[in-house]
Amino acid sequence: MSALSERPESPSIGIARPHEAAAAHVRGTALYTDDLVARTKDVLHAYPVQVNEAHAKVLAIRTESAEAVPGVVRVLTAADVPGVNDSGVHHDEPLFPSEVMFFGHAVAWVLGETLEAARLGAAAVEVDTEALPSLVTVGEAIAAGSFQGEPRVVARGDVDPAMAGSAHVFRGEFDFAGQEHFYLETQCALAHVDESDQIFVQSSTQHPSETQDIVAHVLGKHSHEVTVQSLRMGGGFGGKEWQPHGYAAVAALGATLTGRPVRLRLTRTQDMTMTGKRHGFHAEWSVGFDSDGKLQALDVVLTADGGWSLDLSEPVLARALCHVDNAYWIPHVRAMGRIAKTNKTSQTAFRGFGGPQGMLVIEDILGRCAPMLGIDPTELRRRNFYSEGQDTPYGMPVRHPERIHRIWQQLLDSGDAERRQAEIAAYNAKHPHSKRGLAITPVKFGISFNLTAFNQAGALVHVYKDGSVLINHGGTEMGQGLHTKMLQVAATALGVPPEKVRLAPTRTDKVPNTSATAASSGADLNGGAVKNACEQIRDRLLPVAAGKLGVPESDVRIVRGAARTPSGEELGWDELVHAAYFDRVHLSAAGYYRTEGLSWDSATMSGTPFKYFAYGAALAEVEVDDFTGAYRTRRVDIVHDVGDSLSPLIDIGQIEGGFVQGMGWLTLEDLRWDESDRPSRGRLATQAASTYKLPSLSEMPEVFNVTLLTDAAEEGAVYGSKAVGEPPLMLAFAVREALRQAVAAFGEPGHSVDLASPATPEAVFWAIDRAVTAAPVVEAQVPDLVGQA
Amino acid sequence: MVDPEVTVNGKRTAIGAVPVHTTALDWLRGQGLTSCKEGCAEGECGACAILVARPGVESPTDLVAINACLAPVGSLDGQEVWTAEGLGSTEDLHPVQHEMAVRGGSQCGYCTPGFVCSMAAEYYRGDRDAAGDDHAPNGFDIHALSGNLCRCTGYRPIRDAAHALGAPPASDPLAQRRACSAPEPVATQLHGDGRDYLRPATWTEALQLRHDRPNATFVAGSTDWGVEVNIRGVRADCVVAIDRVPELQMLDIGAETIEIGAGLSLTEMDRRLDGRVPLLSQLIPQFASRLIRNAATLGGNLGTGSPIGDSAPVLLALGASVVLSSVDGDREVLLDEYFTGYRQSVRRDDELIRSVRIPLPLAGTTAFHKVAKRRFDDISSVAVAFALDIEDGLVRTAQIGLGGVAATPIRAQDTEAALVGQSWNEETVRAAAEILRGEGTPMDDHRASAAYRAATLGRSLLKLHADSLEGARA
Repeated sequence: MSALSERPESPSIGIARPHEAAAAHVRGTALYTDDLVARTKDVLHAYPVQVNEAHAKVLAIRTESAEAVPGVVRVLTAADVPGVNDSGVHHDEPLFPSEVMFFGHAVAWVLGETLEAARLGAAAVEVDTEALPSLVTVGEAIAAGSFQGEPRVVARGDVDPAMAGSAHVFRGEFDFAGQEHFYLETQCALAHVDESDQIFVQSSTQHPSETQDIVAHVLGKHSHEVTVQSLRMGGGFGGKEWQPHGYAAVAALGATLTGRPVRLRLTRTQDMTMTGKRHGFHAEWSVGFDSDGKLQALDVVLTADGGWSLDLSEPVLARALCHVDNAYWIPHVRAMGRIAKTNKTSQTAFRGFGGPQGMLVIEDILGRCAPMLGIDPTELRRRNFYSEGQDTPYGMPVRHPERIHRIWQQLLDSGDAERRQAEIAAYNAKHPHSKRGLAITPVKFGISFNLTAFNQAGALVHVYKDGSVLINHGGTEMGQGLHTKMLQVAATALGVPPEKVRLAPTRTDKVPNTSATAASSGADLNGGAVKNACEQIRDRLLPVAAGKLGVPESDVRIVRGAARTPSGEELGWDELVHAAYFDRVHLSAAGYYRTEGLSWDSATMSGTPFKYFAYGAALAEVEVDDFTGAYRTRRVDIVHDVGDSLSPLIDIGQIEGGFVQGMGWLTLEDLRWDESDRPSRGRLATQAASTYKLPSLSEMPEVFNVTLLTDAAEEGAVYGSKAVGEPPLMLAFAVREALRQAVAAFGEPGHSVDLASPATPEAVFWAIDRAVTAAPVVEAQVPDLVGQA
Repeated sequence: MVDPEVTVNGKRTAIGAVPVHTTALDWLRGQGLTSCKEGCAEGECGACAILVARPGVESPTDLVAINACLAPVGSLDGQEVWTAEGLGSTEDLHPVQHEMAVRGGSQCGYCTPGFVCSMAAEYYRGDRDAAGDDHAPNGFDIHALSGNLCRCTGYRPIRDAAHALGAPPASDPLAQRRACSAPEPVATQLHGDGRDYLRPATWTEALQLRHDRPNATFVAGSTDWGVEVNIRGVRADCVVAIDRVPELQMLDIGAETIEIGAGLSLTEMDRRLDGRVPLLSQLIPQFASRLIRNAATLGGNLGTGSPIGDSAPVLLALGASVVLSSVDGDREVLLDEYFTGYRQSVRRDDELIRSVRIPLPLAGTTAFHKVAKRRFDDISSVAVAFALDIEDGLVRTAQIGLGGVAATPIRAQDTEAALVGQSWNEETVRAAAEILRGEGTPMDDHRASAAYRAATLGRSLLKLHADSLEGARA
């Protein structure tokens, strides 16, 4: 056991606790950024001037008629920016652009006394444009050679000869959609300027430090003149890692120019038409198997649809390339990745951050190839799992590969897969219009930011004279339960009951230079920092306790709210703290943590970018009808590896929620962009909750069993736990593969089933149509399959 | 007339001087009641759900949940509402709040107050059988939550919280509130910025307003109008709300017809029909969400004339007619002859829909098939309603209503003709299904392709046949 992973006596971690704000959530008294408006005087409201063209040059922006609208206070344009007119760090995202890069791009902002005034003002702003040619689909971008950022290759071995020597070679293409975050709380910022010209921005942001950076550079100020606070978010999912900065900057700019607080909150449709989403990808692949169905070679080109600017597309692509192996050993790999530049929103971080896209490609390959290899997909997957001593294609040893085997077998047993498979066969034989399918898929997901520098965190812990504890850390709370876990970590490290500990909102003036709360790393990084700060204080308290109790320091433990000796003497926490204060002991500490052992060369795409892998698997059963292609998820069983859980209720919530969100991406959520040549070209047609459907209660698996893997301590993370935010999203592949099985059951055996993604009822309907009308399988015609219907 | 006021969480509060298009959501938030959240502003996510007191079916008052984002604040005049803040305190959480909190029902917490309100309404539903059945151990109808979206939890803990609820104790203040009568609808006049929001007290007044204010927008539930206001920024000089007018609250089951008042909410209609019209019973759970159905009305759904409104195909299959009223009197129009074009009808500018009449007896074989991406709370790609009389294996009558395949809801007349007089067998059905595929002029859009609409249209008849065989076997 490492010092980092070792659990002390009577820890507060590992105990199921509700979310630390649950009581406030259910009463509606937990505040989000926009809730502060009702408590703030003289607030101005900001409203965007969106241009409805896919691509155009801005010739002129005339604001006179807008300024004449009663209640309009000011129109913000590029001329108002005192610093850098850019909302990102690549300098390719002008905050007030001179070129409209996507349908709905905001070119100016109107400040009004009321939202209604600002809205009417925005409608009155006249924007002259000159249309430019546009690229809307990734296919159009590929054809036009429109790319951005650096292409990257993850390579190992000798792909061409390995492919040539493979017993079975298949080729295919796969175009799959992105996903809207649809955090329930849209992007929001509230900015004001205090008496010393300090800018204070409350922002619904996962990355307060970068929001601070961007606000500062837009305003031409230093970071110490800007403070950003993230109270809590109504969901983030990656959509508030990069996207909030520009909106915070507009609010801050408005506040500095008017001297009044400025609130900027996007409506749902503004949010959907202006902010980035999960990247859709195009994949083109060749794969070679030996005669036993073992993967020999994979040659794949991934093209991420990056949208109009780079944003986080490069690291997203890197993670996709690093996850195209998922849980499988592939001796020879060439995975090339590139980023298409299209006239769409700038696609961005979204739970999994490219990992899901890379993994979807290999799972789709296995699902499509299994029938042609004549191997059951469950067996095909198992046969290709990593084993001890093998490395990923980017040269990182796969530690604990036995866990994936263990999870797989545990799940097949607990999910009663064999018996149910027989029941499904019997059901399918009896029901011409309804078929069931069962599938199991694995997850192996690398934990840490690919970029090594981001793997650091800070915390600030105060113990007050009365014994109460206040924690600040650099992580943000978006519902994932980070604060709950940090509270448990602090209580454990100090040896006090969790009731002694309070969390303060995340602020850049408490903990500076923080990384985004992203990459599932929030608990690992901030937990390390909180633990470090608490242990500094604990180590200062131990001598005080030893003195009071009259024993050597090495005999004192602080546990369950008291310093204790082996002989049973104790000194209560409050008393100890009080004594320490009068002994002039420093009761505050800044904690710091960085993940050891990481290395990454982004040019050669090799190294050890991850501290460890999180593992899991899901077993899903669906039922499909051939009248409409509609389906139900009858049952899902999951076994997932969260290490030794810090907080089981929180972790199970992350697994279930991630799974359903992944199901949404793969089956239901349908981003439709206007690809026609009409004036509405480039418009997002599904831009509201009425047209973009998220999973509702009706999509929840009817039976839903989630089990945490036991005996799963992770040496390299705080108290032996593992990250949980992203990996469970990819468990949802099981539903897609179960749909493929059910669709196949409508046709003759041995056919490969192509399934579009998302596999909406319509997509499933057409897949059934193809399965039913497919010609009988002739062995000699099998080798190639090309194209995705 | 007293100044408009509303009882919020037990406290009488003046609505005050606000623009007349102000939603209940924005008004409540302006009062500092921030539990009421905006997630979509179009009645799809339920983050703004609140409870309102309505005249009850089994008890004097029902507590129902509605979307505050779609309700004009004027519609709250004289009413009694509760937000999540009004249900419990930190020290003493409401049972619904307690179950949601301890089971992990909240993660980010933003949708949570809305879920709490929807769940509380079902907790207090008078005919909920807390003894339960196979589907719900405590009689909790999970459809009560179909209008609430959560992006974090995956819903399992929310469902478990709902299923853990017992019966409200007798001491529960809101349970006690149900035993007293609900607030009467009051006449309302809200003015501001030269615009009016009016709620007439009687049908006569409503018809007079219709006559006098030809440019006014009349609403009966406001669930469509709220979207126009919030999403498309439409502002009307005058909005007249007629759904709570007493004359429109009638439901009469006669010997030859069933008459349903145009202002009855779909929930009230469903509970008062109590299964008397099986085709409507099939429709209701698939019509939007409980939150919407608590406000939306048949009059409103037919009045907007949307080709994708789900009630029209069903009413067409039932052979329903619409009673249109004006100051000059009433006339009855077959629904079949009512729609004339996209969102257009034979209803004159001076007329309002008073009621819908369904002729009796009802056909014996009926079904409503809705094709959509999501099972709950989605807009139909295609909606098909069947009403067939099959006697001794022969199709005696057939009426089929379609939505989503043309500019108006339509009857599938060629298909009906191909069925009537034929044997109810595979051969007839296959031939008729081919005809049904070709009915209407379905379009390609973001919901579905034209080809899919046509294909599922045809297959819906095959499904009806397959289900009828299954039913016969069972």
